[in-house]
Amino acid sequence: MLGLNRRDALLFAIVIAITLFAPIILNPFPEGSELAQFNAGYPDLMQRFVIFGIFAIGFNILFGLTGYLSFGHAAFLGVGSYAGVWMMKLLTMNVVPAIIVSVIFAGLFSLLVGYISLRRSGIYFSILTLAFAQMSFALAYSVLTPITNGETGLQLALDDPRILGISQTADGSIPLTNFFGITMRDGFEIAMGGWLFTFNAGYYLCAIVMLIAFYVSIRIFRSPFGVMLKAVKSNQQRMLYTGLNPRPYTLAAFVISGMYAGLAGGLMVAMDPLAGAERMQWTASGEVVLMTILGGMGTLIGPVLGSGVIKYLENIFSKINDNILHQWFSFLPDGLEDFVVAIVYPFIGKGWHLTLGIVFMLVVIFLPGGIVEGGQRIAGLFKRKPPEDKNKTAAASAPSAAE
Amino acid sequence: MDAIILQVLNGLDKGSAYALIALGLTLIFGTLGVVNFAHGALFMLGAFCAVTLNGILRLSSESIDPSRTDFLGNPLKVKTPYVESWFGPEIGGAMIEWSVPLAILFAIPIMAAVGVAIERGLIKFFYKRAHADQILVTFGLAIVLQEIIKYFYGANPIPTPAPDAFTGSFDFGMLLGFDPGVIIYPYWRLVYFAFAALIIGGVFAFLQYTTFGMVVRAGMADRETVGLLGINIDRRFTIMFAIAACVAGLAGVMYAPINSPNYHMGMDFLVLSFVVVVVGGMGSLPGAVAAGFLLGILESFASMAQVVSLLPGINQIIIYLVAIIILLTRPRGLLGRKGVMEG
Repeated sequence: MLGLNRRDALLFAIVIAITLFAPIILNPFPEGSELAQFNAGYPDLMQRFVIFGIFAIGFNILFGLTGYLSFGHAAFLGVGSYAGVWMMKLLTMNVVPAIIVSVIFAGLFSLLVGYISLRRSGIYFSILTLAFAQMSFALAYSVLTPITNGETGLQLALDDPRILGISQTADGSIPLTNFFGITMRDGFEIAMGGWLFTFNAGYYLCAIVMLIAFYVSIRIFRSPFGVMLKAVKSNQQRMLYTGLNPRPYTLAAFVISGMYAGLAGGLMVAMDPLAGAERMQWTASGEVVLMTILGGMGTLIGPVLGSGVIKYLENIFSKINDNILHQWFSFLPDGLEDFVVAIVYPFIGKGWHLTLGIVFMLVVIFLPGGIVEGGQRIAGLFKRKPPEDKNKTAAASAPSAAE
Repeated sequence: MDAIILQVLNGLDKGSAYALIALGLTLIFGTLGVVNFAHGALFMLGAFCAVTLNGILRLSSESIDPSRTDFLGNPLKVKTPYVESWFGPEIGGAMIEWSVPLAILFAIPIMAAVGVAIERGLIKFFYKRAHADQILVTFGLAIVLQEIIKYFYGANPIPTPAPDAFTGSFDFGMLLGFDPGVIIYPYWRLVYFAFAALIIGGVFAFLQYTTFGMVVRAGMADRETVGLLGINIDRRFTIMFAIAACVAGLAGVMYAPINSPNYHMGMDFLVLSFVVVVVGGMGSLPGAVAAGFLLGILESFASMAQVVSLLPGINQIIIYLVAIIILLTRPRGLLGRKGVMEG
């Protein structure tokens, strides 16, 4: 089906089902119940899941396949955002041209950065991409203010030309972003018993784009091109000796992942037409690295999982405060309750990044394959291994031990 | 001419900080072969050592002075720092005032302990893994350290004053025969530069003239052979990590009066220091120091009004621009050894 083998088709089908029914799946707790704060089925958060999912899928095409660790991918997302807002300012509030232009601009910019950065590998490549990203961040803040609007961020205004659309609506406000007339905020709600499900047009646009992006990434992983990229990761020297030049392949991977980042940036402004320079800062690049590693680099589903987990926990952890903690632990005796709350408190709310940092370190140390590897290990515990499988793992581990 | 001297001087203090952090980074990379993304966090920890000591010395006992009243007519509460009640107001007051220099003594054992803990507890397990893994785990460590500091000290910068004797500025131009008022330079920045020069000289002398340093240098050149000679090189490298942590920490302590410490100052410096290390040449100690000062001075020249009006924004990007050019034309860096991390 669609040129996928059975396993990939199954995976893709599961991902389709989960994304399309996400508004229901992510709202397992009835409205008004105490656990309702763990619901994630509202449009804003779901949009973030899929948008960052796209970003991480793209990053994984570069990092997971070729092993080149870029610390500057947020710059492409930022360039995409700016390009998208400019299209909305100049052309029309329809999101399609904005997204397309975002992808094109991010692609061109990543072609430039990649062409230069890929002349080096390893840590030098990381530093070069970092330097480019920091440069674009600094320039967006200072000199490029006419284009980027500096610290305030680029916003829509009432007197923008919008040649194909209208500058302002009849009641004098800025028109909303739309997809051929369907505004992104549109949607309908279904109340079922105690549950309230919100189906939002913007989310479904993002979700469909994400599914296409995911499909393309599966095809890339399984294509001869993808095999070349894996060859770059495992041994570039050997690849050179067999007469293949790795540069065009890595550059292509870099540009593709830059375009994915631009796509994410374009979708971001399609949902909320605003672009700021802080999106390009290197901490933002660090975030997508965290997502990819946490989920499982080099796997198909890992980056999506990672971005979902990080964005979900970020949202939930930031909401919990000490009152809620006291409620949870109220079954404990008073002194013990205060003690437990005092211990847990630094890790929640504003301390969410602390938890993230610790979890990330633990994953890098003990579970380099991320959530996906963790799942495989757990699955492995329940599966009885046939004896020949053992020989295979022994044979596979022997050369790596010799290295 | 006076403008040039002024810019060189302005570049020295930032350059000193870059050079010190880059020196530590290079020490760690040269000895342990680990790319330490948490080094900026160590710099930040040092700065917060100064903040902490300042806070400890200012701990006060509160007593009510019945003879005086505040503006509401209530008896006045008088705060007396413990150090003043213990050592008398003169010595105690001086201790509070000189808290930043005193923090050097306070920071050395702390930073050394932190360094040993990080090396033995974490980095030891990453020698055999890819550089990307080392970057990732130390990046995670940097986030954790930074968030711990944020939890205890809050997100706002904490002003930490230098001793009164060094708070003013002096007319440096007078010494060189310029008109008064042309080149005015704050005392503390001069102190910082002298301090950095002292530390850098100390580290080099330590490596060059002591037996310990000789063994470490031998280990940097060929770890395996040194190990075969029956020398426990791992323990010496751990000590070198602690020393590198101390260098970063002390750079942070003395930097506290120049820029009020906040929890993300480490990250800001880290990115630049990595660029400095790469420009200087990965694994080359003189290269790191030279590149640190060079880039610091270059940055201050680029922020001159005449230059900025000619090339707007150049002051923001000059360091990165130089790094990109150097990496593309001379991948080894300015003074890099042949064969170290080329690629």
